Amino acid sequence: MHTIYNFVSGPLAWLAFIIFIGGSIYKIVTMAKLAKKKDPSVYEYWDTGFALRSIAVWSIPFATVNWRKNPVMTLVTFAFHISLIVVPLFLCAHALLWKEVFDINWWYIPNGLADIMTLIVIGSCIFFAVRRSIRHDVKYLTSKSDYLILLMVAAPFVTGFWAYHQFPAYRLMFILHMLSGEFVLAAIPFTRLSHMLYAVFTRGYIGSEFGAVRHARDW
Amino acid sequence: MTDSSSWDWSIGKRQIADITQWKETFGYVEEPYVSPDGEKIAAIIKTEDMEFSVCENGNAWENAFDKVWFLRYSPDNRLTGIVSDTAEWTLAVEGEAWENKYDFAWNTIFGRDGKSMLLMTQADGEYSVLINDVPWEETFPYMTNLAGNADATRAAAVAQTIRFSEGDIFAFQKGCYTVAVDGKVWDTNFVNVYEPVFSADSAHVAAQVRTSLYDYTIVVDGEPWPAVWPWVWKAAFSPADGSVTAPVKTPEGWTLARDGHVFWGQRFAQLWHHVYSPNGMSIAAIVAPKYGHWTVAIDGNAWKKTFNDLVTDLVLSPSGRRAACAGKENDRYTIAVDGTPWPFHCDMAWEPVFSPDEQHVAAKIEKDGQFTVAVDGKPMKAQFKNLWNPVFSPDGEKIMIRAIEGSGDKETYVRQVLPLTEILG
Amino acid sequence: MGEPASKIEVKNIKDIGLDEGAARLTPERIEKVINEVIDNETGARLKVYVDTCVHCGLCSEACHYYLSNDKNPVYAPAGKVKQTLWEIVEKKGKVSPDFIRRAAELCYTECNLCRRCAMYCPFGIDVAYMMLTMRRICHKLGVIPQYIQDTAQSHSATMNQMWVKEDEWIDTLFWQEEEAAEEIENLRIPLEKEGAEVMYSVIGPEPKFRAQLIYQAAVIMDVAGVDWTMPATPGWDNSDMAMYTGDNEMMGRLKKEHFETAMRLKVKKIVMGECGHAFRSVYDMGNRAVGWKMPPVQMVHALEFYYDLFKAGKIKVKEKYDKPVTLHDPCNVIRGRGLHEMARYVVNKVCETFIEMTPNREHNYCCCAGGGVINCGPPFRDKRVYSNRVKADQLAATKKKGVEVCIAPCHNCHGGLEDIIHHYKLGMELKFLGDIIYEVMEKPE
Repeated sequence: MHTIYNFVSGPLAWLAFIIFIGGSIYKIVTMAKLAKKKDPSVYEYWDTGFALRSIAVWSIPFATVNWRKNPVMTLVTFAFHISLIVVPLFLCAHALLWKEVFDINWWYIPNGLADIMTLIVIGSCIFFAVRRSIRHDVKYLTSKSDYLILLMVAAPFVTGFWAYHQFPAYRLMFILHMLSGEFVLAAIPFTRLSHMLYAVFTRGYIGSEFGAVRHARDW
Repeated sequence: MTDSSSWDWSIGKRQIADITQWKETFGYVEEPYVSPDGEKIAAIIKTEDMEFSVCENGNAWENAFDKVWFLRYSPDNRLTGIVSDTAEWTLAVEGEAWENKYDFAWNTIFGRDGKSMLLMTQADGEYSVLINDVPWEETFPYMTNLAGNADATRAAAVAQTIRFSEGDIFAFQKGCYTVAVDGKVWDTNFVNVYEPVFSADSAHVAAQVRTSLYDYTIVVDGEPWPAVWPWVWKAAFSPADGSVTAPVKTPEGWTLARDGHVFWGQRFAQLWHHVYSPNGMSIAAIVAPKYGHWTVAIDGNAWKKTFNDLVTDLVLSPSGRRAACAGKENDRYTIAVDGTPWPFHCDMAWEPVFSPDEQHVAAKIEKDGQFTVAVDGKPMKAQFKNLWNPVFSPDGEKIMIRAIEGSGDKETYVRQVLPLTEILG
Repeated sequence: MGEPASKIEVKNIKDIGLDEGAARLTPERIEKVINEVIDNETGARLKVYVDTCVHCGLCSEACHYYLSNDKNPVYAPAGKVKQTLWEIVEKKGKVSPDFIRRAAELCYTECNLCRRCAMYCPFGIDVAYMMLTMRRICHKLGVIPQYIQDTAQSHSATMNQMWVKEDEWIDTLFWQEEEAAEEIENLRIPLEKEGAEVMYSVIGPEPKFRAQLIYQAAVIMDVAGVDWTMPATPGWDNSDMAMYTGDNEMMGRLKKEHFETAMRLKVKKIVMGECGHAFRSVYDMGNRAVGWKMPPVQMVHALEFYYDLFKAGKIKVKEKYDKPVTLHDPCNVIRGRGLHEMARYVVNKVCETFIEMTPNREHNYCCCAGGGVINCGPPFRDKRVYSNRVKADQLAATKKKGVEVCIAPCHNCHGGLEDIIHHYKLGMELKFLGDIIYEVMEKPE
C-alpha cells in the first residue's frame, strides 16, 4: 500500500501535471498555429476589448438572456464550476501539499465549506446526468462519453469526501482519490474537458465578431 | 493612344462654357462630359417638348430623342450618346443617329484612337454587336461581357449558344456558353465564360471559363489550358511574345500562371488585375500579401507599403519601370507611386496619370467636397467644383486642367494649361 | 394555433437537385470531397467547435425550428450538427449517399443561418458556420436543392439572382424613371454617373418583381437631394445565393463585381435596399471570400440610410402613418449589424403607433425564409411555414394589441412572413419601411 501511495503521490502526480500542462500548451499552440494557417481571419477579427466584454457578461450568473431562461441550470452550472475549481486549489489539505512540495504559502478554505462545495460538485454531476437522461434535446445529443466524463469529474470528489471523512476503506479511497484526480487532470487537454482551454477563445471570438464587426450584443 | 500634339498647349486659361447659363436656358441639365482635348463640354438636356437632347458648348443638337443616355466623348473628341426614338435604340455620333436600330443598345466601346466604336444590341430577344453601324451577321439568345480589340474594329463577347429553361440546372451544368469573336463562336461550350480579352495584335482572344461547377481555367482561341484551378481571374496577353497569363488559386495561395503553368514563385492571399508594361517586359498586379492587406507586386515582388481597405487603378508607366495606384486605408484615399504613398489623404483619388517621360505622376483628388490635381504628391493651390483627369503635354512639361469653377450656383467650365513647375514650385 | 407537428414531413422532400445529386454519389467520392473540404478549407475553428461543445442543449430554445416543431430534438441547433458534421468528422468522411441526402436537406432547408443560437451557446459556438461548412461539402458533392442552385447559376451567368439580362436591367430603370418623373417632374435615376456620392444597389428580384421599390427609392433619393447613381453594368446586384449554396468562389466573384463597380464609379458609399442576406454577403461573408477584411467601399443598409436622412432632416413627414405597426428585426442587419435602434428611430418618425413584438432586437425570431431557405423553392414551403409557428404566435400577440401592419425591412423576411401571415390567417399587412416612408414623406407638388 505504501509503495502504491508513494508512486501515486509522487511520480504519477508529476506525470499528471506534466501531461496536463504540457498537453494544454501543446493543444493551444497547435490550434493557434492551425488557425494561423487555415483560419487567418480569426486573428484579423479578434478584438480583445469585445472578447473580454463577452467573456465578462457570460461569466456573471443571470447576466445573459439564456442564463435567465434556465435559472436552475444556471445556478447549478455556476456552483458546479466554481466548486470544481476552488476545492482542488484551495482545500486545506491541498494547500499543505503546495507548501510541502513547492514551499508556496497558499490560501485555503475552511473544511466545512470544502465539504459543501464537494457535495455541490457531486450533486451537480448527478443533476447533469439526470438532465441528460430526461430532456429530449439533451438526450439526443448525449453519447456514452458524456456520462463517462461526468463520472470522471465526480470520482475525485466522491473519493476525496470519502477519504476525508474516513468512511470504510478510506485508505484505498485515498489512493483512488489521487488516481482519479490525476487522471482527470491529464485528460483535460484530450477530452471534451478541453472546453476549459478553448472556452476563452470561442467566446472571445464570437464576442469580437458580434462587438467589433456586427455592432450587436451576443448575450 | 490619341495624338495630343495637335491640341492647344499654349499656357493660359480659357472659359469654354457657362453651365449656369445652360441651366437657365434648358431647365433640365444632366452632369456634363468633357472632350479629351478639353475643348468641348456637353450634357444631356430636355427640350421644351420634354424630349431629350444634348447641349455642347452651349449649342443644342438639332435632333431630339425620346431618350438620350451614356453621353461619352470618343478619344478623337467626337460626342456620342445612346438614343431612342419610338422605342428604337442606336448610337448617335455628333447628334446623328446610326441607321441600324434595335429594341435596345448599350455599352459603347471606343478604339484607342477613337476612329472606331462598337456597342451591344438586342432585337426580338436576340443579342448581337454593332461596329461602326455594321451589325454582326450572327445573333445569340444572350450575350454579355462585351470586349473590343485595341482599335475597336473587332469584338468578342460571352455568348449563350444553347437555350435552356430556367430551373433546368442539369442542362446548364453541361455547358451552354462560349465566346463569340466577330460573330463566330468557339467550338466548345462551357459552364461559364468570363471577360474575353484580345491580344495586342488583335489576332487572339482569351477568356476565363468554368468547365464544371468546380474547375476553372483559361481558354485561348477556344483551346483550354491543360490544367484547372478552383479559381482564376482575368487573363492578359503579353505584348512581347503573345503568351497568356492569368491569376490562379493554388493550394498555397494565389499566383500567376502562364500558358497553363504556374510561373510566379510568390503566393498571395489575393492577386488580380495584372497589367503588362507596353513592351511586355514587366507585369504589375494588385495583390494582398496577407489577408486584408493590399498592395502592388511588380513581377511578383510586393511593395512593403500596404493598404487595409483597398488598392485600385493600378497603372504602369510607358516603359514599365514605374507603377502607381490609388490606395485606401482607414477609409481615406491616397496615391502610391513605386511603393511610396503621397504625403496626404483625401476623400477620393482617381486613376493616376504618368507623364510621357514618366518623370511625373498626376491625379485628380477630392477633399471636403472640393476637387484638385496633385502632381508628385503636391496638390495644386486652386480648388474646383469638379474636375476631369489631368492630361500631360507630349513633352511632359505642361499639364492641362479641365475643371468646373464657380461659387454658389455659378458654374463655368474652364480649360487651363499650366507649366508643371507652377504646381511643383 | 398552428399545425400539429405530426403534419410535418421531416425527411426527404422530393427535389430533383437533391435526389439526382445524391444518386450520382459514390462512397469514394463522398470521402474524397469531404476530406478535401475538411483538410483544405477548415481548420482550428471547426475542430475547436466540435471539441468544445459539451452537448448541454442550451442552444435548443434559441431555434425557431425546434420551438415550432414541438421541441423535436432533430431541429435543435446542436442536434443539426450531430446529424451532419459530428458524424462526418467522426467517420472521417466515410458516410453514405443517403446520409449526404439527408444532411443536405437539413443544412439547406432546416437552418436559416440566423445565428440566434450563437447568442445562446455559453461558449459562443457558431452553428451557422458549421451549417455553412456542411453546405460547402454539399456544393462540392453537387447535392443542392434545385431552386437555389438555379439561382446560384443565374448569378454565375448574369451576375444577378434572377437571370436579368444586361439590357433588361437598364430598361427597367428607364421605365421606373419615367413613371417616377410623372409624379416628380424631371426626377432622374442617374446611370453611370462617375463621382456621385452614393451608388444604390439592389437585389435581382427588385427589377424582376418589385420594380416599384426602385421607384420609391428614386423618389426618396430625389427628395432628400442625394447625389446618387446606379450602374448600367452587371455589378448592380448585391444579392448572393452562391454564398448560401456553398459556392464560395462564385460568392467572391459576385462581390468583386459589385465592389469594383462602385470603385469604377468612384462613389464614397454604397447604399443598398432593404435586404438582409445581401447585407450579410457584402458586409460579412462575400468581402472576406476575396480578402477584403471589411467592405472596401462603405456599405450602408437602407435602415441606416433612412436613419441618416431623418437625422439630417432631409426628409420631412407630411402626416404620420396612422395604422398601428410592429417591426420585424431581420437577423442579418440586426444580429449582423446592430441596426435595431436606428430602425426604431425611423419607425417612430414615420408611424403614429409602434408596438414591439417580443422577443425583439438581437433576440428576435428569424422569418424562417432566410439563409437561402425560401430560395429552395416551393417543395420546402410547407416545412418552413410549419417550422415557424413561434413567429406566427409572436405576430398574433402583437395583433391582439392592435397591430395591423408588420414592417419587415428585408426581402427574404418579407417572403417568409407573407407565407406565415397567410397560412396562419393572421390578417396583417406587410410592408417595407421604404413603403411607409414613401407614403408619408413630403414631396414636391
